[in-house]
Amino acid sequence: MQQQILVAIIVSSIAFFSVFVITPFLIKALEKRNSVVKDYHRKGGAMVARPGGPSLIVGILISGIVLYAFFPKIEIIAILITTTLAFFVGLVDDKKVMGGWFKPLALAATAIPILLLGAYDSNLSFPLFGDVKIPLLYIGVVVIMISITGNTINSIDVLNGVASGFMVIAGSALTISLIILQNYEIAIASLILVFVSFAFYKYHKFPSKIFPGDSGALTLGAMYGTIAIVGQVEVVAAVALGPAIINSFLFLSSMKRVVEHREIKAKPVSLTEDFKLKASSDKDASVTLVRLILAGGRPLTEKEIAYVIFRLSIFSGILAIITAFMMEISL
Amino acid sequence: MSGSSLFVFIFAMWILIIIGGEISVLILAPIEISGYGEFDLIISSGIKAIVSVGLVITWIFILSKVKNWIFRSQLKV
Repeated sequence: MQQQILVAIIVSSIAFFSVFVITPFLIKALEKRNSVVKDYHRKGGAMVARPGGPSLIVGILISGIVLYAFFPKIEIIAILITTTLAFFVGLVDDKKVMGGWFKPLALAATAIPILLLGAYDSNLSFPLFGDVKIPLLYIGVVVIMISITGNTINSIDVLNGVASGFMVIAGSALTISLIILQNYEIAIASLILVFVSFAFYKYHKFPSKIFPGDSGALTLGAMYGTIAIVGQVEVVAAVALGPAIINSFLFLSSMKRVVEHREIKAKPVSLTEDFKLKASSDKDASVTLVRLILAGGRPLTEKEIAYVIFRLSIFSGILAIITAFMMEISL
Repeated sequence: MSGSSLFVFIFAMWILIIIGGEISVLILAPIEISGYGEFDLIISSGIKAIVSVGLVITWIFILSKVKNWIFRSQLKV
């Protein structure tokens, strides 16, 4: 146990400081190459560097390799390979605008290493009532899980600091749940996700100096999904991801099809003169988490909306931890 | 508090996940097919897959109804 605590401290420090140190250099390099996008929600429409995925993946790979040196488990290799592949899927989407189906399908393909390495258990664990054995069906669960987690994190990346801040909270809930279920090595891998997200949040929070882009959001989402699979905490992970899943669910149920956000003409929120956000009254606009937060209330600043999402995430995180405790109980 | 209905919806979704999970265990776990030799696993997995898809569709339908009920005022924007 002492060794695991020591490794957790070392790996978390590497994860945090690598992203914290690399990101300013990445911002300068992106600005130099004019790889910037306009932040429409900000007064004056500041230009912000994008994508931040490269600094996240470097931090994940360095700390992940150190973790593997201490605990050479196939599950850690699966996490690193799938996360890296998801990063490249996002990078392609950052460089070239792809269709709405590209990301779900490409992300599904990134799950193949998990299957080839056999880094999963085909028993799906549920709280209170135990496991259900679904050997062939679980392959589908693995493929769908990575696609869902990657895309949900990407879809919640709409405001300054939300995607990275959300991952800090959801990742922390996942880490605590893995500790409760005594899966310590994967809990340390989950700590990597928490600390790279936290370091990135320092630059991503309002007013953002960098946006994660698809490469950053898909990297974080795919890593979260892979940890859930190899750590056998799929249900707990789904609960912790509550606000992001609700966002995707509301969006899909209002649009009735898989579509890229940039393809939608009617925006779910609009900007007031004092740069606050208010819910759109356009009936054709999609229903999203941010629109529902704003609906029926006063316009809010971007920062205020982000804090509401974080409060929802903390609530989901607590429910996820309760779920983990319930998995220890068998009726 | 902004988004208070969303807390209710998250809680409702959690309850649905717990109940849905228990139903899955109760329905899917006992499905075992024998007598078809090497096809036993494939046939039982196929049946489990069909039942699972049905359960997921039902789960989404119920969640959708819960969403409309909780957000009935906000969704009229």
